Amino acid sequence: MSVDTDTVKRVAQLARIAVSEEQVETMTGELNTILGFVEQLNEVNIDGVETMTSVLPMAAKQRKDVINDGGMPEDIVANAPLSEDHFFAVPKVVE
Amino acid sequence: MTELTKLTISEAREKLAQKDISSAELTESYIGAIEAANDSLNAYVALTFDQARTMAKASDERLAAGAGGALEGIPLGIKDLFCTKDVHSQACSHILDGFKPRYESAITANLWADGAVMLGKLNMDEFAMGSSNETSYYGSVTNPWRANGSDQPLVPGGSSGGSASAVAAQLCAGATATDTGGSIRQPAAFTGTVGIKPTYGRCSRWGVVAFASSLDQAGPITRSVRDSAIMLKSMASVDEKDTTSANIPVPDYEAAIGKSVKGMRIGIPAEYVVDDMPEEISALWEQGKAWLKDAGAEIVPISLPHTKYALPAYYIVAPAEASSNLARYDGVRYGLRVEGDDITDMYEKTRAAGFGDEVKRRVLIGTYVLSAGYYDAYYLRAQKVRTLIKRDFETVFADGVDAILTPATPSAAFAIGDETMTADPVKMYLNDIFTVTVNMAGLPGISVPAGINRDGLPLGLQVIGKAFDEETLFSVGEVLEQAAGRFSPKPWW
Repeated sequence: MSVDTDTVKRVAQLARIAVSEEQVETMTGELNTILGFVEQLNEVNIDGVETMTSVLPMAAKQRKDVINDGGMPEDIVANAPLSEDHFFAVPKVVE
Repeated sequence: MTELTKLTISEAREKLAQKDISSAELTESYIGAIEAANDSLNAYVALTFDQARTMAKASDERLAAGAGGALEGIPLGIKDLFCTKDVHSQACSHILDGFKPRYESAITANLWADGAVMLGKLNMDEFAMGSSNETSYYGSVTNPWRANGSDQPLVPGGSSGGSASAVAAQLCAGATATDTGGSIRQPAAFTGTVGIKPTYGRCSRWGVVAFASSLDQAGPITRSVRDSAIMLKSMASVDEKDTTSANIPVPDYEAAIGKSVKGMRIGIPAEYVVDDMPEEISALWEQGKAWLKDAGAEIVPISLPHTKYALPAYYIVAPAEASSNLARYDGVRYGLRVEGDDITDMYEKTRAAGFGDEVKRRVLIGTYVLSAGYYDAYYLRAQKVRTLIKRDFETVFADGVDAILTPATPSAAFAIGDETMTADPVKMYLNDIFTVTVNMAGLPGISVPAGINRDGLPLGLQVIGKAFDEETLFSVGEVLEQAAGRFSPKPWW
């Protein structure tokens, strides 16, 4: 499988990365090189093979359903580019 | 470089305990070495000397009171991927501009609790994506090693290039690093240092900036095998905050140093003999087998049939997880924000300006292979292939093999700006051909310097072990180190 420039533009939009026409050209070539490289996986017979979900056998951890952290709004917003009254501030999304 | 910075962690620990030296003296020596070298090597991206001096003073007080921890007074460098409270923690990315976490990673908290001293944050490939440290927003790191008679700057490997360069050049006694596909072991091999990627789940990932969560694992880079055992003991823990942290007590790894390898069965995988393997790499491997045989180990041929599929499967799984993990960098909660016409425009401009080319490539590949219609063909297939890779290892271990010996890298360090690598991303990816299988199977692997090539550059061997059997790696690694000796670059910086 290979990708064309339209696919790259669509994927970039899904990934929320702005790309110029010129970048799309370069990226299309690079992505096709990588996709060409991973193509060899099609040689492998995967019939009846389980999908890996956990690299080592480990049971999912459980904890008590209690509040065990919090009360630190200053810390939470400390690194925000823009915040007001302990809220993260973003451009208007609702008209 | 002074007499004090030459000391390994174990030697410094001894001198500190004997009161021959103080942590304050040791720390000042390292500060002096960093000030003299960092303009040339670019290993550190943030210096925390005030903090280091305060920590050293506190260590000296604890040592005087006879209450020193396992790493009391030992100055360390920390990879920029680890969150350190109120200190630069940016994964060497522009998108995390100005980010100073209000919390400490579990691993660094463990190190400070054991008395270690922080010198600063180390350079790395952006978000740990790279094999040469050339993708860092803060510029390339230079390898302290140079080829004989040449002043061409070489890469230290990556992504933990700053860690490897700083340890080799004696700009810290040891460093933290992380390994998703070879990012501890390849730079260790390129710089003549020791690096271990422990079993997945051995070190907590809490507070370590995520790249590919099912593959990421932290470990140390040091100047001796014993030092790696000492540092890993402190770094590893059972952590409630990481759901994939293994609930297995951390053994005393240092006790494995010097343990005989007599009667151990060391597997040599046929599939690691790759086409056009340089003569010097084959010769190094032969030498390694001979050393282990001399020490009483049995060398047995083994087969890991799915080896060649590990790297292509990795380049689906890792970018897929990265595209998901890196979705959080959107200009809202931390780091860079580039204003736009509306919120989507703001996201797109922020991520376009904040991510470097390699990160963008991987996010796009990851987004593509996870997108509707392609998930089964790529991601699901890759995760099935991963099962087969893991099964290969399980089979040989079940057959009685104790550890596996392979080369660490397909070559010695290459030049910064190498044209074939920059022109073709896949060429760069091939650097991890011997290391990536280990991440795919969640196993531990150690890279130990084993020789110097014709050009005067270090080469490493890798030992792969069973899950949570880091002790065997330390025993085998020590035998290799005793036979090969330790290697230091000649200072030119």
